[in-house]
Amino acid sequence: MDAKRESEPGAPNKATTVQRKSDRELVVTRTINGPPRIVFEAFAKPELFARWWIPKSFGLTLLSCEADVRVGGRYRLVIKPGGADPMEFFGRYLEVTPPSRLVWTNEEGGEPGAVTTVTFEDKSGKTLLVVHDLYPSKEALDAAIASGATSGMPETLEQLNELVTSLATP
Amino acid sequence: MVKYQQERLDASFAALSDATRRGVLEQLGRADASITDLAARFHMTLAGMMKHVGVLEQAELVRTEKVGRVRTCRLGGRRLDEEAAWLDRHRQVWAARFDELENVVEELKRKEKTDGRKKRE
Repeated sequence: MDAKRESEPGAPNKATTVQRKSDRELVVTRTINGPPRIVFEAFAKPELFARWWIPKSFGLTLLSCEADVRVGGRYRLVIKPGGADPMEFFGRYLEVTPPSRLVWTNEEGGEPGAVTTVTFEDKSGKTLLVVHDLYPSKEALDAAIASGATSGMPETLEQLNELVTSLATP
Repeated sequence: MVKYQQERLDASFAALSDATRRGVLEQLGRADASITDLAARFHMTLAGMMKHVGVLEQAELVRTEKVGRVRTCRLGGRRLDEEAAWLDRHRQVWAARFDELENVVEELKRKEKTDGRKKRE
């Protein structure tokens, strides 16, 4: 239970929080041990972004990562889950304000998707990262959660079904 | 089957989107309570509290039992675990992602130090 251990006192810097703030909002926070200038760079340079966005421990391969990090610029990620077809994630940047704010759209899926706002706040040399997803409707966020899509981690319906079933079994 | 499960998730997230109802769940996590108790604690009318409890009951987050004239509320149990599991899983993904980000940031910091030293030399 890594996630639990991380939320214990004694390692406050490592705590990642996730909260459904409202019908349409999902908020993730974490303090990163480096100044906003550097953390922002890790978001804004595709070759750096590609190194951490898909954690190694999830059995996924990032086939390609292109990002034109300018207002109106587009990004496109192609991720291959083990044993499944590659999936595309794409959208465009609405705001690029180094080193404090980055806003992008999530357009995959055909319908209007969530808008992701990342803020980088200086906390005496460290960075408080807040990743805020605003969905177009409550139904959109419900559906995203139900399909596992909020994590940006593709997941088959079978896996989802398995998970829900195992959780539902007392 | 999946559709049914999704509908259940819908109902519980809707139930959890209200601050009073989250407060009621927290309260019931400490001890069972009657609707009258809850109404008083949250400074609400009996009818208002009954509505909130109704939503929680529908989402299977709370169970109620009427004994005589008192309706006692307690946590439904299973549903809350399910919700928490969803968010917890999402958090684990982000935690892993951020751990990798830390590595990249560490490397950039080291690089910057070295470059800075070079510049001064």
